[in-house]
Amino acid sequence: MANLTLVQAINLALVQEMEADERVMVLGEDVGKNGGVFRVTEGLQERFGEDRVVDTPLAESGIMGSSIGLAVGGMRPVAEIQFEGFLGPAYDQLVNHAARYRTRSRGAVTVPLTVRVPVGGGIHAPELHSDSPEAIYAHTPGLKVVMPASPYDAKGLLISAIRDPDPVIYFEPKRIYRAFREEVPEDEYTIPIGKAKVVEEGEHVTVVSWGAMVVDCLKAMDELPEDLSVELIDLRTIYPLDIDCIVESVKKTGRCVVVHEAPKTAGYGAEITAQVMEHCFLHLEAPVQRVAGFDTFMPYYKLELEYLPSVERIAEAIGACAAY
Amino acid sequence: MPKKVAYKAQIEHLQILDENGKLDEKLAKGTLTDKQVLALCEHIILCRHYDEIAFKLQRSGRMGTYPQNKGQEAIAATAMAVTRNDWMVPCYRENSALFLHGLPMEHILLHWMGDERGNQIPEDVNVMPISIPIGTHMLHAMGIAWAKKLQKTDHVALTYFGDGATSEGDFHEAMNFATVMKAPCVFICQNNQWAISVPREKQMASETVAQKGLAYGADCIQVDGNDVFAVYKATKDAVAKARKGEGVTLIETLTYRMGDHTTADDARRYRDSKELEAWAKRDPLLRIQKYLAAKGMWDDKKEKAAEAGAKERVAQIVKNCENIAKPSTDDIFDYTFATLPDDLRAQRDSMRTNSLSLEPGQSTLRSPEPQHA
Repeated sequence: MANLTLVQAINLALVQEMEADERVMVLGEDVGKNGGVFRVTEGLQERFGEDRVVDTPLAESGIMGSSIGLAVGGMRPVAEIQFEGFLGPAYDQLVNHAARYRTRSRGAVTVPLTVRVPVGGGIHAPELHSDSPEAIYAHTPGLKVVMPASPYDAKGLLISAIRDPDPVIYFEPKRIYRAFREEVPEDEYTIPIGKAKVVEEGEHVTVVSWGAMVVDCLKAMDELPEDLSVELIDLRTIYPLDIDCIVESVKKTGRCVVVHEAPKTAGYGAEITAQVMEHCFLHLEAPVQRVAGFDTFMPYYKLELEYLPSVERIAEAIGACAAY
Repeated sequence: MPKKVAYKAQIEHLQILDENGKLDEKLAKGTLTDKQVLALCEHIILCRHYDEIAFKLQRSGRMGTYPQNKGQEAIAATAMAVTRNDWMVPCYRENSALFLHGLPMEHILLHWMGDERGNQIPEDVNVMPISIPIGTHMLHAMGIAWAKKLQKTDHVALTYFGDGATSEGDFHEAMNFATVMKAPCVFICQNNQWAISVPREKQMASETVAQKGLAYGADCIQVDGNDVFAVYKATKDAVAKARKGEGVTLIETLTYRMGDHTTADDARRYRDSKELEAWAKRDPLLRIQKYLAAKGMWDDKKEKAAEAGAKERVAQIVKNCENIAKPSTDDIFDYTFATLPDDLRAQRDSMRTNSLSLEPGQSTLRSPEPQHA
């Protein structure tokens, strides 16, 4: 057991999977010698060599497209897209090829590919370095979308992603890369993709969140009156959605608040809200609340904390939902 | 400081068999044997008949959109320059090469008949499904080639694309990745002069497609794409180099799209029939027939026999494709992931998306009586 940050937990998972399976390789911009701009892949190239930890040319479509070929050709590539804002050039390869190959070839061509992408705001980064595009990829058939909120889950989920026979986008909430440490077992373990986690059990309101926002939800819960009991669910996987976990909770509480960084309209909160309504209609005591980013562009960093759902906004929404 | 030349290059053009069927014996040395040329001749007759039948199937409503391959069949010679271990990552005008590389001919028809089973390529055939978006698949070829290198095999990937595809960013990224990673990848541009309605000279300001590869440090050559000898030789040389880990080659084959872009297109709207007539004289099939006839290896009787054989074979292929049972609706879902998530399982089993129809008991409720005014 070691006390690790999220960055260290991801690094450990990569090391262990590369040791366990020689097909596993890491590629992306600056991931080799430099160890990645967030140092997530630090030390890997020294350990595994330049063939398996590859500094690629600066071209996201190239990274994604060649990774598809590597996967089809029998490797287990773990590609890094340096920031979520740079998924744009890789979108075509990811959505029109990686996601589709199994279906369009009726299982003859498969793409066991992991795409690691730092995601989200709150680190005073430049433009297009702070977005939360998970809903776009959850909307794409054939892709699994994962976002850990803790070092322990980060390791187990990444190992699952690398071993998964299908493409997985593994979003890394950069705001909590080094925000806190957690005990992470040295041995390899997996967290199943598609399973949410009840972080705190409660009776009155269900709060559903993922990524860095889980940490803010916990802070918000500290701000609430002591007699208001909140059940906090960390989705861990965006798609496939663990709706059973949410439904079980909402049937108990009758109230649900969804919290995410991404814009509200057609955000993933909309999907969760719709499914809660479909499955828990007669159990609902209040309209499902969404605490989300505004339907605007993520501002430059002087205003980014005002854009992101704050502890105050989350606490207020939980309180309002409970009082309805 | 005096000025220096920082870089200098030229593009070679290779033709071995001219349009009159005359062979440059010196250049032809060590290329195709007469037996291979005869096999190619018969294969091209088969592919051309297949192409005509595919066109007719579309016109008679028995098949969806189809891109004719007519005129570009010399590309089949690339298949003779590789082994079954090597990969082909195609666009959609390389049927003749894919068939020779082992792709059962039903697959292409099935694809255009709106059936994904056309892309369900047998495991022992190293051919990727034809790629519909332009230019994106070259990166997959590069990645496959890279994987084969990392696995320490000597297998090579060939990828095919048109002149228009070289305007796409992914072409440039694929060339760059391939040369930087020293991937055993051969890029084959079938420059057929037209990207739907846009002619080559509006597509690019460069004199050749081949020279685009120079920027990435690839070896580049332009060949007469209607000359099976030249296509074969350029591919053979490129594959040998790739196999030894000695670099990437971009081959530009100058050819011509004799048909429309697809059955949904009418090339008369934008191109001069005189151009077509001029290229018809350079037909890849005509010239190998002339070549073989001069050697006493081809005559009317042989041609009729080849045509009859092709007719019979294609009729059987069409029959196989038309008689295949319609896919199950389960197939819409079953290949989305290796293991179906619960939500897709529920949608598959009910063929519904609304939640009430998925709840036991709810879906058995009687529909409301229709209301009449």
